[in-house]
Amino acid sequence: MHSGGPPPGSGSPSGSEPPGVDDGHARRRLERIRAGMAARAARAAARIRAMAQRIGRTPPPPGPFRPGFWRSPIRGPWLTSVFGLLLLVGIPVLFVTGMLSYAAYNPDLGPLNDQTPDKGLLGFYLFDWPTHPYWLYRLTQGVHVTLGVVLVPVLLAKLWSVIPKLFEWLPVRTVAHGLERLSLLMLVGGVIFEFVTGILNVQLYYVFPGSFYTLHFYGAWVFIAAFVVHVCLRLGRMTRALRSRSLATELRTDLAHTRPEPADPDGLVPIAPAPPTMTRRGAVGVVGAGSVLLLVVTAGQSIGGWLRSTALLAPHNRDPGSGPNGFQINKTAASVGVLPAHVGPNWRLEVHGNGPTLVLTREQLLAMRQHAAVLPIACVEGWSTPDQHWSGLRLADLGAMAGLPDAGSVLVESVQPPGPYSSVVLRGNQIHDPRSLLALRVNGADLSLDHGYPARIIVPANPGVNNTKWVHRLTFRT
Amino acid sequence: MARFVRWYGSGPLHLLVLICSFALTGYALVRLFALRPLDVAIWFVGAAILHDLILLPLYSLADLSAHAVLRHRATRVPQPPWINYLRVPTFLSGVLLLVWFPLIFDLSVPYPGAARLPEGVYLGRWLVITGVLFGISALALALKMRRVRRAARADEERPARGRDASP
Repeated sequence: MHSGGPPPGSGSPSGSEPPGVDDGHARRRLERIRAGMAARAARAAARIRAMAQRIGRTPPPPGPFRPGFWRSPIRGPWLTSVFGLLLLVGIPVLFVTGMLSYAAYNPDLGPLNDQTPDKGLLGFYLFDWPTHPYWLYRLTQGVHVTLGVVLVPVLLAKLWSVIPKLFEWLPVRTVAHGLERLSLLMLVGGVIFEFVTGILNVQLYYVFPGSFYTLHFYGAWVFIAAFVVHVCLRLGRMTRALRSRSLATELRTDLAHTRPEPADPDGLVPIAPAPPTMTRRGAVGVVGAGSVLLLVVTAGQSIGGWLRSTALLAPHNRDPGSGPNGFQINKTAASVGVLPAHVGPNWRLEVHGNGPTLVLTREQLLAMRQHAAVLPIACVEGWSTPDQHWSGLRLADLGAMAGLPDAGSVLVESVQPPGPYSSVVLRGNQIHDPRSLLALRVNGADLSLDHGYPARIIVPANPGVNNTKWVHRLTFRT
Repeated sequence: MARFVRWYGSGPLHLLVLICSFALTGYALVRLFALRPLDVAIWFVGAAILHDLILLPLYSLADLSAHAVLRHRATRVPQPPWINYLRVPTFLSGVLLLVWFPLIFDLSVPYPGAARLPEGVYLGRWLVITGVLFGISALALALKMRRVRRAARADEERPARGRDASP
């Protein structure tokens, strides 16, 4: 309970002494004042304590604040902890793969790559994104998006299982309790915010207030700060609750033998339970079935092949065409304002570096030594294509032609009108990987307009949107 | 120490961990709110409110209503507990809708142009999946009811024969 009031003996202007009296007299008066103030402070503290007690005894308002309101007989620490444990495994995977995706964009290469230039310390961990293994981004981002979707039923179940805590009475009992509840607002607001922005973004439903990258990245940090606290404060309770009942026994318990858990200090277990209509086994099972169903209708878009068609509700579950260029498209030429006129016979590739600018036609590029690479396209939205057979010029060779065989970075610019990712910077390790190409052809045919004709970048393990299409200028830098 | 615990309501470690967390929260929130702070705040807090005070009460109420409306139908034959045969397909179909509703309802304007894929397929697919889920559930309930009724008939007949046999 609160105890407060001014500390005894603290100065107050009401008892100030007129100047010019002798020392002993002054000391006695000072002591009297001090004693008086201490008594007053004690009285104030007692009054506050009494008031706090009165507030503490305030009966809860009717409805969800009353302890008898929540009646599900299976709600309790054990069930909450089962869902909590699943999230405790899943959410760190989501966070790590998400932070890896942020690093994969190489935001420290400058504003073109960086949607969050004010990240400050939150970019502390950034590192040179590797090109090995070539399927790295396909894996990490496929896991990030698919796992996020699959965890939705678990998250809903976890939030359902703790809903009585939202209406606990009193709403704030102590300072600690109040701070913890503020942190819980960040936790619940944060987790739903992250899931909602992510799930809407992969469906290109851009209704959230601002750039997805900014919202999802900073939102993730707000959420994870609260998540870590929540884990710190609840881990012990979770392990105790999980040990309190045997999973094997729960999985064998039928409806007739389903009983509420013993009363818990958190008030999750109802004091007036309704007769059970579902076993704990059933509740965990139906949540698991929801996750499996979401996995089935989603994962195929990240695996490809015949499994793509099993992703019944995922955005990239069909091929947009057939033939060599019939694989998934991120943004069509028309959707970003690239017209056939931009890439007609007048198209030239400019290569800048250390020396005179090279200006090359597509025929000249095709006449040079061509190299092949077998690489997928993997999008931040989680979908990806299986490996495609690209051919074109090595970025390393182009850098050498420009007089910079040891180029540290290259600025890639598209004919695409200025907008997000119409140009991008690639790092030295990406330039010097022999599989990094300025591709002219794919699967034995010329690139289609939607796949970046006349020339596009393809770099192993690079996020799809950084594999710039319709390239017209490369500027190599030391 | 005891005074601190009485005043604060928990140990000092609790306070330190929370201050640490709030410092990081603040650092990230300043950046999250850099542009359109009001809209972002509405989304952030609204997310929690939308779930806790709208979605959860609505589905709880739907569950209770289904229970209340159908519970009191008097039947002469014994009924297995049927509510879960309604709950499970509703839940499964519901989470699919909750996750994929922008595609299902063709709300995503840039999608067809960006991916060169027609959007119109999703509503039909979701309805078919929903139909299959409820169909399976209905079949399972029918089988269950047959079993329960057979068992009940067998129970009725057995004691009856027992009485006949007694002198």
